[in-house]
Amino acid sequence: MIVGFLSSAIRLSATFLYGSTGEIITEKSGHLNLGVPGIMSVGAALGCLCEYYLLKSIGTSVPFLLILLPLLVTFAGGALMGLLYSFLTVSLRANQNVTGLAMTTFGVGLAGYLINSIKAQMAIITRASKYYTTLFPFADKLGWFGEIFLSHGILVYLAIAVAIVAQIVLNKTRIGLNLRAVGENPATADAVGINVTLYRYAATCIGCGISSIGGLFCIMDYMGGNWEYILEVFGWLSIALVIFTLWRPALSILGSIIFGALYIASSYISGITFAQIELIRMLPYVVTIVVLIITSIINSRETQPPANLGLNYFREDR
Amino acid sequence: MNNEAVKVKSVREPLFHVVKRTEIVWWKAWLIRAAAIVAALVATGLLSFIVLKKSPFFVYSSIFSGIFGSSRRILMFLRSTAILLLISLAVTPAFKMRFWNTGAEGQVLVGAFASVFCMYYLGGKVPDGILIPIMFVVSLAAGAVWAGIPAVFRAKWKTNETLFTLMMNYIAIQLVLYTIKIWRPTGTGKLEALPYGNLPQIAGGDFWLSVIVAVIVTALVYVYLKYSKQGYEISVVGESENTARYIGIDVKKVIIRTLLISGALCGLAGFMLAAGIDHTVSDETVGGMGFTAILVSWLAKFDPIAMVFVSALVTFLQQGTGQLMTDCGIANSFFSDIVIGIMFFFIIGCEFFITYKLKFRKSDKKEKDK
Repeated sequence: MIVGFLSSAIRLSATFLYGSTGEIITEKSGHLNLGVPGIMSVGAALGCLCEYYLLKSIGTSVPFLLILLPLLVTFAGGALMGLLYSFLTVSLRANQNVTGLAMTTFGVGLAGYLINSIKAQMAIITRASKYYTTLFPFADKLGWFGEIFLSHGILVYLAIAVAIVAQIVLNKTRIGLNLRAVGENPATADAVGINVTLYRYAATCIGCGISSIGGLFCIMDYMGGNWEYILEVFGWLSIALVIFTLWRPALSILGSIIFGALYIASSYISGITFAQIELIRMLPYVVTIVVLIITSIINSRETQPPANLGLNYFREDR
Repeated sequence: MNNEAVKVKSVREPLFHVVKRTEIVWWKAWLIRAAAIVAALVATGLLSFIVLKKSPFFVYSSIFSGIFGSSRRILMFLRSTAILLLISLAVTPAFKMRFWNTGAEGQVLVGAFASVFCMYYLGGKVPDGILIPIMFVVSLAAGAVWAGIPAVFRAKWKTNETLFTLMMNYIAIQLVLYTIKIWRPTGTGKLEALPYGNLPQIAGGDFWLSVIVAVIVTALVYVYLKYSKQGYEISVVGESENTARYIGIDVKKVIIRTLLISGALCGLAGFMLAAGIDHTVSDETVGGMGFTAILVSWLAKFDPIAMVFVSALVTFLQQGTGQLMTDCGIANSFFSDIVIGIMFFFIIGCEFFITYKLKFRKSDKKEKDK
């Protein structure tokens, strides 16, 4: 029971981990992107579409391609959405919150439309799901350890790897330093010769690409290839998780598991009514609010968002 | 169009560079916005043409018939516009203060929920003449509380209001789902329309009352923001909290007071939805209008009069593309989200040309005015 619970929590956590890691990279450049729900939806929809056409053309003969190609398409789709966002906010200097919300409206609509176009034969992609959900065939033989840590699909481990790489790049490399400078104080970064525009575009596109993989994972692995309109909620939770983890991808690994656990908790408590389930589902949101309040009361420099988060940079502004 | 002027590193002067306009004549600004709307409509037509493979004439006539095809559709259009306008007006005071209230969705929902709560427990026990005023007060109070909680934390500890209010949306949704499952433990999990506390119908429908309320609130918000001392304080705090503090405005008080008003207006919208139209509540009562309203308010530059037109435009697209889908035999509402998204992108993008202008390299050749 407890093993199954932990295993499921870790599995679901990958959705949040991709979402929040991507958003952390985006936010480090000074972009508060509220479009994550839309980006995750579009990415997932494009990935599913790709999966669908792959299965129709080559079937399951090359399992390796069934993961790789949709993954790339999803990433590209997310990055394109990021490009649109950056074009509006960096080049056209549009308000970030408004642009983000418009991206969410647009993205959720686009994803719904795309999925609806293949709805009748959508079930075919569940056949590809098994390639996502398992990686190590020997996991069952290792008892509880195997079930908790080794029973997941490749995208779960990739999520953790991406988070660790992001943590290292952000904190230990020149690129990361420059990126943080752009998010903290773009005018100073500009003065020392950092290309603010390039950094903001690149970070946002890469970040959105990573976030969108969370959508693909959620549908193909967690949902077993069945499309559900839950990505919007997961997108918002991913944004919340960024604050929950204080802009640290490594901490996000743990935070995602906690969110995953809170989200599925209601299915693992026996003897409760349907009404109480709804009450327990409130937990992730309440916990996020509590963390928001606590970090704002502590108000130390370590727990603060990038100083220029949400603001656009125009060199000639004084 | 690509204005990567800042990116070019070569010695050669870039093709164009961006200059901030000192000022722009109001009609020119609106001309640019109108051009953006027309461009978005053309893009919509093109998209429909490509995706649905129908002639542009069919697309546009279908969209128009969705609104003007029958008197009932016109009334529906007016009602939806009124509700969206009401929520947009509600979020405006907060936004003018640069308080990013993304929680309108939840504030409207708790307003509607509060009304239904009263209907459920008091309906049949007290006459509607007493019940409706109680519902009104409770709805406004519920909305105010839902917005007030984040406001207090924002004022006291600068807690991030964007995410706080966002999370409050989901808490409101879960609260509604929880209560409905208690009331109706078996069955579909939906609450049927309740026969108590329904607002009176005017001219045989639930259309006109929403319109009347929206007109009154538009006037009130306009006067409040433009001519009252509190409205002035809101704009000062929005411009700079430090300035506000310097001239002796109690910033914390203004933040909390404004959000209570904002939330109460959201609660009013919820009351209109629950008591006037739906007579019940579900997690889809607000249906994303809370988020759309944020965009409407911002695109209208927080001007209540402009908001009337923007919310009409959005409702026009929503209802029109809905009709288009019906005419094409496609049963989903996603296409209208795409179209509305495109419209938003165009209007958001066009603001750039209002604030800035492009100066081309051979600047004596011609100054581009758009």
